[in-house]
This record gives sequence, C-alpha cells and structure tokens, in this order.
Amino acid sequence: MSTTIPNNKPIIEIKDLRKSYGDNHVLNGFHMELNEGENLVIMGKSGSGKSVMIKCLIGLERPDSGTIEVMGETIAELSRTALDELRTEIGFLFQGSALYDSMTVRENLEFPLRRHTKKFGVLKDTTPLVMEALESVGLAHAVNLMPAELSGGMKRRIALARTLILQPKIILYDEPTTGLDPITAKEILILMKSIQDKYNTSAIIITHDVDCARVISNRMILLVDGINYAEGTFEELSKYADPKVQAFFK
Amino acid sequence: MMPMNAIFKITEVFKSFLLEIGELSFFAARFFRESFKRPVEFKEFLRQCYNMGNRSLLLVAVTGFIIGLVFTLQSRPTLQEFGAVSWMPSMVSISIIREIGPIITALICAGRIGSGIGAELGSMRVTEQIDAMEVSGTNPFKYLVVTRIMATTFMLPILVFFGDAIALFGSYLVENVKGNVSFLLYFNQVFNALEFGDLMPATIKTFFFGFAIGLVGCFKGYYCKKGTAGVGVAANSAVVFTSMLLFIIDFIAVFVTDIFYDL
Repeated sequence: MSTTIPNNKPIIEIKDLRKSYGDNHVLNGFHMELNEGENLVIMGKSGSGKSVMIKCLIGLERPDSGTIEVMGETIAELSRTALDELRTEIGFLFQGSALYDSMTVRENLEFPLRRHTKKFGVLKDTTPLVMEALESVGLAHAVNLMPAELSGGMKRRIALARTLILQPKIILYDEPTTGLDPITAKEILILMKSIQDKYNTSAIIITHDVDCARVISNRMILLVDGINYAEGTFEELSKYADPKVQAFFK
Repeated sequence: MMPMNAIFKITEVFKSFLLEIGELSFFAARFFRESFKRPVEFKEFLRQCYNMGNRSLLLVAVTGFIIGLVFTLQSRPTLQEFGAVSWMPSMVSISIIREIGPIITALICAGRIGSGIGAELGSMRVTEQIDAMEVSGTNPFKYLVVTRIMATTFMLPILVFFGDAIALFGSYLVENVKGNVSFLLYFNQVFNALEFGDLMPATIKTFFFGFAIGLVGCFKGYYCKKGTAGVGVAANSAVVFTSMLLFIIDFIAVFVTDIFYDL
C-alpha cells in the first residue's frame, strides 16, 4: 500500500464515458474520480477498454459521449494550445516506453523541456533538470546512451524520467510492469512509490498485474465490458465472492 | 457482360482511391496551416536536409552518370546515320535538363527518401512515439511532418541539378572517347542549346516533385496501421503512390510549360 495519504479533492472526474469502434462498444458509461495524492489502479482483461479510457483522458482519443474533467478543465472544450498546456501537468508512461529512438537519452528528456517555455522559461542549460530526473530513476550514467543500447527495465525508467521532467501533478501508467521480469517489475514499483512520495503526484495505473495492484493501489476499479464492475481497496475486492472479481485475484 | 461482383470491386477500389486523395488533400492543407505556426523547428529541418541530401547523393550521382552514358551510347548510331552527330550535346542537354534528369532523380528519391520517411514515421506511430510527443504537449505534426516535407521540397531541386551535371559529364565521356570532342567544345554546345524556357519550368517542377515525395511519405507513415506489417505497407505504398503522382505532376507540368513557352 502506498505511503502517501490521499485527500478527497478530485483532480480527475470522468462521467458516463462511452466509446465505440463500429459495432464494438468498448466503453459503456465508465465513471471515476481520482483524488489528490491517490493511486488508483484500474484492472481489467485485455480489450476491456482500459487503454482506450486512458487515451480519452489525455486527449489522444475522442469519446463518443461523456465528460472528462482534469484539474477543473473539461478536455473536450479545450483548444489545442490549452490542451498542450494541461498535458504538461499530466505524465504518461507508455507500455512500450515509447522512447524516441533517433535521440539519445539526454535528447529524449530535453525534447519536451525545450518546447514548454511558458512553464520553464527559455532554458539555456537543461543539464541540471535532465540530471535530476535521471537521478530520480537511478540512471544518471545513461545520459548519453541511445535507446537501442538500453535494456527493457532501463527503457521503462528513462521513460519515467522523461515523464517526470515536466514536473506533472498526475501520472498515468499504462501497464508499467508488463513485459518485465519479476525483479525489474518490483524495482519499477518501488520507483513509482518513491516518485509519488518525492513529488506528491496522483496516479492512475492501468494493469492486470495483481502484485502491482497490491503494492501500489489506494483504491481499485475493476473494468469489465466497459463499465465499473467493482470498486474498493485491494483488500475489499480480494474478498469479493463474485466469480468475475475473483478471476482477477486467482 | 461483366459480372456484378467485378463491377462492385472496381467501384470499391475507385471509392477508396478518391477517399485517399481526399485525406491527402486535408493532410496537405494541415501542412500549410502548421507551416506558419510557431515554434519553427529549424534545427530538425536542417537535420532532415542533411540526411536526405547526404544519403541520396551517391545514388543520384551513379544513376545520373549511367543515364548520361547509356543515353549517349544508344543515340549515337542513329545520329551518325543521319550525319547529325554534332547535335549530340544539344540533344542530350535538352533531354536531360527538361525531362530525364528531374523525373529519374525524383523517382530515385521517391524510392530512397519517400519509403524511408514512410517507414520511419510508421514505426514511430506503431511504437507510440508519435503519441508520446502528443501527450508531452508538443506538436508531432510540426516537428515530424512539416520539417520533412519542407526538406524534400528544398533538397530535390539541388539533387536534380547535381544529377543533371553528372549525367552530362557521363555523356561527355562517351563523346570524348568515341568522337574525340573536347570538354570545352562539348559543354559550350550544351549551354548554347539551353534556354531559359528549358531550365526554369524544369526547376519549378522539381519543387513540386519534392513536395509530393515528402507529402505522400509523411501521409503514409503518419497514418500507418498498427503492427509491423503496417510499417511495410506504409513504406511500400509511399513509393507506389508517389511514383504515380510524379508522372501526373510531370504530365501537368509539360502542358503548362507548353502554354507559356510553346514547346
């Protein structure tokens, strides 16, 4: 369980979110709230709409209906510039890390930094910020390496550093431990907890890894067929008698 | 009588072709809109210019040299038959500068640069790198697409000039060996045969060729379908579609040139 105590001030609110691709109804009225300082884990089977929901949240996908409010701003009503500004407050860790493979680690971290002059001013030397972010993930020595020279776990850490460099208030993790060996996965979870303690961030974690949910969650939502099937803490949900809920914990 | 399903298939192919043209037009319109927005990604533009020019230089040079050489070797016996071998430099220069140089160089670049852009952006799309740029609050279209289209538009005329020069040099080598023509005499005749009306339209159309290569390559890569197969399709269809577009542009360019310069 995470050490940071969340308060009850919601910074993300999703109401009646619906999204279909042709006849495939992925989200069928999903709703949630994320409170400040909270780690919310969303669990669901593959194809249950977890990734679509998180992409709607960040504005990569447009929902068919429903409202998404992030820090008091309704995503659908924002202009491109306003959305880009809001996105600096939201970090996104992709499942495959999504590092820019033609750039070094330093350039990967500098890329968003140099383009947000409104938040950071015109930076002549980005080295202190780059090094601070890399030190947070324990990879300061990898600053001049190319992504192709990094292992899977290192890539995930660098992607996390790239997320942190914009000093976001919210971090969205899409399957943070998928594809990693158990030791590296555990290291990533410890890192996620330490980041939350250090930067006081809130997080939505999309996963189907029960260990990940047990370690990191304050609260959980089980997503089945595009709706909130069950909600509660890890302990509460693990005691549910419902076979669909139990299927996640076996 | 043609079976109904064959008619249906032809209609579907035609419909998807028109849809693609429509989407490409929207993509081009977005390019013009984004081109005038800040920030200007000048460093990335220069990097793309260097990459495209540097990587294509050898290929363009070798192809140009062989084209000039073969073209002269093949034409020489016919001109000799009519006793018009002294017209060789004029004929070669007009053919290469007006048509062969631009279209061959553009086709090579469509294969080299267009497919490269399609594959690079396609793989960035598949591995969510474009999405990562988007969620970090930067504009991937401006950084990836605008810079590449501008670079191809700017670099293709330079590559065509270079290719033309090498092709003419290849042609001169044949004339020198077969006809003992000096360098000065050969190139004197080459430049005497060329007029403003030969050079200018040929140069203008190379900008359109470059634009088409960048536009289609970026379009195919940017909207690449998921999976590694999607990357292959993006690279391949970028070359096929661009090659077709290049001939259409060339066809239009010849008509327009004919109106102004009376070919």
